[in-house]
Amino acid sequence: MAIKTEPFVLNLGPVHPSTHGVFRMRTTLDGEVVVDMEPVFGYLHRGIEKLAEERTYTGVIPLTDRLDYLASMSNNLAYVLAVEKLAGTTVPERAEYLRVIMAELQRIASHLIAVGAFLNDCGAFMTPILYMIREREKILDLFDMVCGQRLTYNYMRVGGVSHDIPDEFLPALDKFVRRMPGFIDEYDRLLEKNEILLVRAKGVGILPKELAINISAGGPVLRGSGVKWDIRKADPYSVYDRFEFDIPTGTVGDCYDRYRVRIEEMRQSVRIIKQAMEQLPLGAVKSEVPHLIRPPVGEAYAHIEAPKGELGFYLVSDNSIAPYRCAIRAPSLINLTALRDMVRGWKVADAIATFGSIDICMGEVDR
Amino acid sequence: MTVALSGQEIADKLDKQFPGGIVESSQDSLVVNSEFLLMVATFLKDTPDLDFNYLTAITAVDYYDYFEVVYRLTSMEHNHSLVVKTRCYERANPTLPSVVSLWRGADFQEREIYDLMGISFDGHPNLKRLFLWQGFKGHPLRRDYW
Repeated sequence: MAIKTEPFVLNLGPVHPSTHGVFRMRTTLDGEVVVDMEPVFGYLHRGIEKLAEERTYTGVIPLTDRLDYLASMSNNLAYVLAVEKLAGTTVPERAEYLRVIMAELQRIASHLIAVGAFLNDCGAFMTPILYMIREREKILDLFDMVCGQRLTYNYMRVGGVSHDIPDEFLPALDKFVRRMPGFIDEYDRLLEKNEILLVRAKGVGILPKELAINISAGGPVLRGSGVKWDIRKADPYSVYDRFEFDIPTGTVGDCYDRYRVRIEEMRQSVRIIKQAMEQLPLGAVKSEVPHLIRPPVGEAYAHIEAPKGELGFYLVSDNSIAPYRCAIRAPSLINLTALRDMVRGWKVADAIATFGSIDICMGEVDR
Repeated sequence: MTVALSGQEIADKLDKQFPGGIVESSQDSLVVNSEFLLMVATFLKDTPDLDFNYLTAITAVDYYDYFEVVYRLTSMEHNHSLVVKTRCYERANPTLPSVVSLWRGADFQEREIYDLMGISFDGHPNLKRLFLWQGFKGHPLRRDYW
């Protein structure tokens, strides 16, 4: 007698080791195969866009720390760029360079967690992520030096940054950039040709190029699918047009490509930081900005290449001290649009690896 | 550098194609009559020298008199961008056509606007609240929500 089977619904999450936060994948399974998947959001929704309407322009900066809390510096940067565009504020050279250094350090820190967590999801439990946390710790120490915080930095200000760097910062940063390429080589030796990683990641969770563009994907997810698109090159902000760096891209858009793109981007970030350290000018780190900023009536959109993709802030001003509307283009949320297409037909374990390879941060998804 | 196309110039081009479709235009953006939104969007996406294949973001703003929905379009091929807006004057049950059929990236963003701003999108495959739970009263991002 044949055994009769029927699909059943399994909730992965909201609290599950693979969800990187509080996120629910409502999967319909046929045995071990994912037939359908529906993402359920909102467990970390704090209404940051609404809260921003009640804060002064400067008071919104700490809120942006709590979006993608693995990349607070990048969030700060995108937001202050939007306010500066709206209010027409100029930024001193030195502050621009410091911003670039912080944003690139932040990219390395975020990618380290992304890669480590992805390998965790693939089953390389805890060993790779602990190596990567070892290096991220050095970056957090550097951030601690400049702003006294390890996670929610609140470092950038409209018109510059809050403090100049202390004397011990540049020697410590120099030590870091000299050692970091060696660490990345170490990961490569450990992982690049690792049989288990190749089997788990190659050809799994493919996001074709056309689909990646159509779903507005950004960052390593888009580049992993072979689209050479990076806001730092396509629409340079701050002083990014003064640095030489490459845009790594993948070919087929599988989990392995996204992993490779992140590893290569870390090398490029180190390159940018080295150039920025050489060119770092002296001078002020903050221009004269009134305590309460009242931008003229109007609107502005500023976007940056955050570690997870294009992060944009759309601000509307009614000439008061608070933004009339502060809309956030969150890359983590938009990158999840194709998750359903990417996991259907794969086994549960592959779905978890695919989800890990997208690299999201729930603070930014739910806002 | 991404070139921000002049809303005015594009509006002149569109006005010939869709008489009455453009409400107003400025250097930064153009405002489309919501009935023409889908046609204009299709034209912007499929015309080779415009080729807006990438929908960067959608947002909505509540101006009390009307809701303004902002579409930020980018062409990766030509590296240019355009801001298209549309307005919705009804407050009780505002509805706009969905652009998910053109850019699937609109999927979650339209659901978010529906959830927080209360604008329905006609033709959306799965229009329900994104962040808040079913049965939640009101739409928090409206300016009159307290």
